[in-house]
Amino acid sequence: MSTLEILFYALSAFAIVSAIMVLVSKNPIHSVLWLILVFFAISGHYILLNAQFLAIVNIIVYAGAIMVLFLFVIMLMNVKKDSEPQKQLLVKFTGVIAGGSFLTLLIALVKQTSQLQGKQVLLKEGTIGLIHPLGKALFSDYVVPFEISSVLFLSAMVGAVIIGKK
Amino acid sequence: MTIIAIDWAFIVEKLIMIAIVVFASLGIALYTTFGERKVAAILQDRPGPSRVGPFGLFQPLADGLKLIMKEEIIPNAANKWLFILGPGLAMTASLMTCAVIPWGSAVDVFGRHVALQIADVNIGILYVFAVVSMGVYGIMIGGWASNNKFSLMSSLRAASQAISYELAMGLALIALLMTTGSLSLKTIVEQQVSGRYWNIVYQPLGFLLFFITALAECNRTPFDLPEAENELNFGYHQEYSSMKLGFYLFAEYINMIMSSAIMASMYFGGYDLPFFNEASVAPNIAALIGVGTLLIKIVMFIFLFMWIRWTIPRFRYDQLMNLGWKTMIPLALFNLLLTGAVILAKL
Repeated sequence: MSTLEILFYALSAFAIVSAIMVLVSKNPIHSVLWLILVFFAISGHYILLNAQFLAIVNIIVYAGAIMVLFLFVIMLMNVKKDSEPQKQLLVKFTGVIAGGSFLTLLIALVKQTSQLQGKQVLLKEGTIGLIHPLGKALFSDYVVPFEISSVLFLSAMVGAVIIGKK
Repeated sequence: MTIIAIDWAFIVEKLIMIAIVVFASLGIALYTTFGERKVAAILQDRPGPSRVGPFGLFQPLADGLKLIMKEEIIPNAANKWLFILGPGLAMTASLMTCAVIPWGSAVDVFGRHVALQIADVNIGILYVFAVVSMGVYGIMIGGWASNNKFSLMSSLRAASQAISYELAMGLALIALLMTTGSLSLKTIVEQQVSGRYWNIVYQPLGFLLFFITALAECNRTPFDLPEAENELNFGYHQEYSSMKLGFYLFAEYINMIMSSAIMASMYFGGYDLPFFNEASVAPNIAALIGVGTLLIKIVMFIFLFMWIRWTIPRFRYDQLMNLGWKTMIPLALFNLLLTGAVILAKL
């Protein structure tokens, strides 16, 4: 095994374990913290794909900003362990079976796709994730969708300010 | 048979670098606490710590020993794991910044060409930004896990302050990036060493904004509302004792050192000694002179931080938010527009 593969499997295991812990944790604050670890693991995957810009933006935006807001909300709502409604065993089983079937379906679909068969992810190759090629692509080939999405963000910001003023 | 192909010499080299940088920052932070008390004493016209050792120089060691020896207390109602995790996170986040700071050019040791920087990544500044945004978690988790309403209030204050000032900080940085055209701190410093004036000449307003936001991000006076003791008893670390408290206090000083290093690298030429031709001496000596220059710049910034702390009283909370959202962000946007216009006019 090369170093890259070892890193890939370690990061994947880390991501999956953390993701499971998000669901299993009784305390909502613990769930949020595990979710932050999931984002870190995903950023690690981006770095393996040589997409440093995406990796760091994932940390800044998701782990750094959005999860802080999550924490804020949960801390202020003061959700306690005992006040959280406990689901019945039957409901839990149904959920597990339904989710498991969906997972099987997804895996089957991905395995059948002809474009993905016999292909391997290119680790540590390509430059599209680096900041120069990405900036060039965004401002030349994809400039119209990029500008439209920024207008969308602006309108969301204006909306948030208006709602906040009420 | 090799299972893993790794350049072991490279790993050892980087580990040694990390150890040196981390322990040096801890050591400097230790003596920054001493410096803080001495500066406060000079500004208030009193002698300051003078009993332990010559000129009181062993005072920080005595303080450190006292902190370690104190009894560890974890409140009954606290969330035990998160209570322990909080100070660790605060410390880790503040130490992580040092990875991308170029401490000097490069030295030749044992036939190896060693760059005096832990990692020269092409997203250096964004990395710093990401680590800064992580720093909030240590405070928030510690404040919440203490299960004390004053701690919680204070950590919420700290988090909202950090988020508000991060925006202005990012905007000030973007203006700088427009003039340098690179995100790598190494490249930015190299540009200033070779030919180009220090970036403060191109970005005076940007530097002022960055400096103010750095004060806010480090929770230094006049932005130390999370520790406003007359309203919140002691702040987010109220329930902490012993070295866990020490970690929180120490993390603040390390944040100060790191932001000084970043300001020196980005706006004041980093390891560039002005009016001195680095090629005129041996490369190793030039690199050492560079490291010394950067350290002097850092110390000057730290002194500025302390000077401000012992001169200006603390803001009220609404003043802080008004300054952040209604003054800093519009100014940063104006600076951005101005920089863009100048760049366009020069084309």
